[in-house]
Amino acid sequence: MKAPTLSGLFGRKQDASPPPDIEAAALRSDRFRLAREGDWQRLDTIVTAMEENRLRRLSDDDVLALPALYRTTASSLAVARETSLDSATIAYLESLVQRAWFQVYGPRQGFVRWLGGFLGGGLSRAIREIWPEILVALAVMVAGVATGWLLVSGDQDWYFSLVPSQFADTRVPGASRAVLMESLSTADSAGGLSGFAAYLFQNNASVSILAFALGFAFGIPTLMILLKEMATLGAMLWLFSTRGLTLDFAAWLSVHGTTELFAILLAGAAGLHVGRSMAFPGGRSIMAAAAESGRRAAIVMAGVVMMLIVAALLEGFARQLVGDTLERLAIGGSMLVIWCAYFFAFRRVPPGAER
Amino acid sequence: MRDRQSAFIARRQRTVLTPEGLALPFIVGSRSARIGALILDYLILLVGTVAVTIAMAYIGLPLREMEGGDGAGEFLAVLWTIFWFIAWNGYFMAFELGPRGATPGKRIVGIRVAARPNAAGSAGRLTPEAVIARNLLRDIELFMPLILVLMAPSGAGGPAAMAATAWFLIFALFPFFNRDALRAGDLIAGTWVVEAPRTKLARALSVEGGAHGASEVTGATYRFGDEELSIYGEYELQTLERVLRDNQAEAMEAVHAAICRKIGWTPGAGDERAFLEAFYAQLRARLENDMRFGRRKADKFS
Repeated sequence: MKAPTLSGLFGRKQDASPPPDIEAAALRSDRFRLAREGDWQRLDTIVTAMEENRLRRLSDDDVLALPALYRTTASSLAVARETSLDSATIAYLESLVQRAWFQVYGPRQGFVRWLGGFLGGGLSRAIREIWPEILVALAVMVAGVATGWLLVSGDQDWYFSLVPSQFADTRVPGASRAVLMESLSTADSAGGLSGFAAYLFQNNASVSILAFALGFAFGIPTLMILLKEMATLGAMLWLFSTRGLTLDFAAWLSVHGTTELFAILLAGAAGLHVGRSMAFPGGRSIMAAAAESGRRAAIVMAGVVMMLIVAALLEGFARQLVGDTLERLAIGGSMLVIWCAYFFAFRRVPPGAER
Repeated sequence: MRDRQSAFIARRQRTVLTPEGLALPFIVGSRSARIGALILDYLILLVGTVAVTIAMAYIGLPLREMEGGDGAGEFLAVLWTIFWFIAWNGYFMAFELGPRGATPGKRIVGIRVAARPNAAGSAGRLTPEAVIARNLLRDIELFMPLILVLMAPSGAGGPAAMAATAWFLIFALFPFFNRDALRAGDLIAGTWVVEAPRTKLARALSVEGGAHGASEVTGATYRFGDEELSIYGEYELQTLERVLRDNQAEAMEAVHAAICRKIGWTPGAGDERAFLEAFYAQLRARLENDMRFGRRKADKFS
C-alpha cells in the first residue's frame, strides 16, 4: 500500500501517462491487458464521477459510452479469468465491474421521481395491498377502545393505569363537567401551538415506527401496542361520557384523530403485514416473503409519516383554534373521507411501476 | 495468519449473477466492520446534531430577553424539533440512497448496502423502499435493547423487564445468527451489506526489468528450463506476485533463496528482483499456456 501523497489527494488526475508499449510485454495475458486498460481506466473515471455525484463533469460521450464500456469490461473480466494468472488485474477488474454494475443497475431514480411515483399511486396501491391487515388492526383498535371503556366503567382505578399521567392533569374520574369542558376548549391565540405540533409529530412518528418495527416479531407486539393505545382512548371516552360530553369529546378528537388514528392503524397494519408474511410465507421462502412485504410496508410507513405531519398540523392549529363541535366534526370527517378516497379510490398505476 | 485470513474471506464469499450472466464475487461485510461503521455514523450524527443544537441555543436564548422575541424563539424550537427528527431518521436513508449506497461510516470502513440476490443468484436494484424498510427497524434493534440492557441490572422492572430484555436482545444479536450477517432490517428489506473494494490497477509485471530481458544490475538474462518451472503452481505464482508488488528487500531475498534451493541453483546476491521478475514471467507464461489447454496446477503439491 502506497502512502497517499498530497498531490494524489488534491491534484487532478493525470491522464498523461504514455500509451502502453504493448509489444514490450513478454506475456500474452499482459498484452491482452495493456490493449484494453485504456477502456478500463475510462470506465473507472466515469464510475468514480458517478459515485461522487459529479455528473456534470461527465461529457455526453462518457454517459453514452457507459453501458458499452461496462459490457466490454465485464467480458474482459470473463476472458481474464480464463487466461490470466495476474491476480492483481483480476482483483481490479472484479472491483471495477462490481462498482460499474452498481452504477449501471443502481437506483438512478432520484428523490423527486420517487416521490412522484409514491404520491401518484404507489402509496395507494401499497395500502390496498395490505387490506387484510388493515381490517385486523381496525378490529384490534375497536376492541382496545371497548376494553378501556369496560375496564374503567367496572373499576375507576383502572383509569390511572390506562391513562398516562401527562394526559390526566385535570381529566380524572370525578372531575366536574365544567373542568372537562374547559380541557376541550380552544387556545386564545396561535402562540405556542407550532412548537406543540412539532412535538406531537415527533412523538407520534416515533410511536408508529415502533409499532411497525415490532411487527417483525410476527406482529404480536404490534397488536399489543395498538390495544394499549386504544384502551387509553376508551378510558378517556368513558370519562367524558359520564358527564354527557361524548359528542364534544369525539369532535375534539376527530379534528386530528381521524388522520392520526388512521396513520397509527396503517403503521400497525404494515407491521402486521411483515409479521404475517414471515409466519405464513406461502410458496415463497421466508426471506423472499419478508423482503417483499417489508418493501411494501416501507411505502406504507412513508405514507404514515406524511399523515402524521398533517395530523400534527391539525392538532396543533385547527383543533386549538376551531371550537365549535360541528365544525370540528366537519374537519375530522372530511379528512377521513379525503384519506379514504385517496387510498382506496385513487387507482392510478404510477409510470414505471412493476407488474 | 494469512491462511486464517483467507479462510475468513472465503467463508464470506458469495457469487451474484449479473444480467449479462457474469458471476461477480461479493464478500459479505464482516460484523466487526459493520459495528465500526455504526459507531462512526452515530458519532458523526451525535456531534453534528449537538453542534446544531448548541448553535440554535446560542441564537435562541438571547431572543427571550428581546421584546416580541417569543415568536422567533418558538419558530426556532419548531425548526429544532423537525431538524432533530429528520437528522436521526433521515441520515442513514439519505446516504444509503446515494450512488455509493453507504453512509460516511460505511464508506470509511469500505462497505455498502446492496440488494440481496434471489434464490437463483441474480440481484436487482437497491430501491428506496428497501432502504426505508431497513432503517425503520433501527429502534428495536439498537435503542430498545440498549435501554433495556442498561436498565436491567437495577432490577426495577422485575421479571417482565428481564423477559423484554431477552426478547429485544434477539433482534440486537440477529446478525450473529445467520451466515450473511443480516440484521433484522436487512431481512425485511431484502438487502445485505457487502464489501466495496476500490482497487487501483497495478502495474503489468511482465513489461519491465528482468521479466523482459537482461537485468539492469548485472546484465544477466535469466532463463529457466521446463524442469525448473514445473515445480510451482498458481498459489506460489500469486505469492511471488505479492512479493514483487510489495517490493520488500528482505522478503525478496528470502523467496529468492528458497527458489534457488528448490531448483538447485546457487543463490547470488544483489540481483534478486531481476531474478524473481524473470522467474515470475516465465512461470506465468508456462502456467497460462497450460491453462489455455485446460490444464491447471493449483499449487506445488498438485
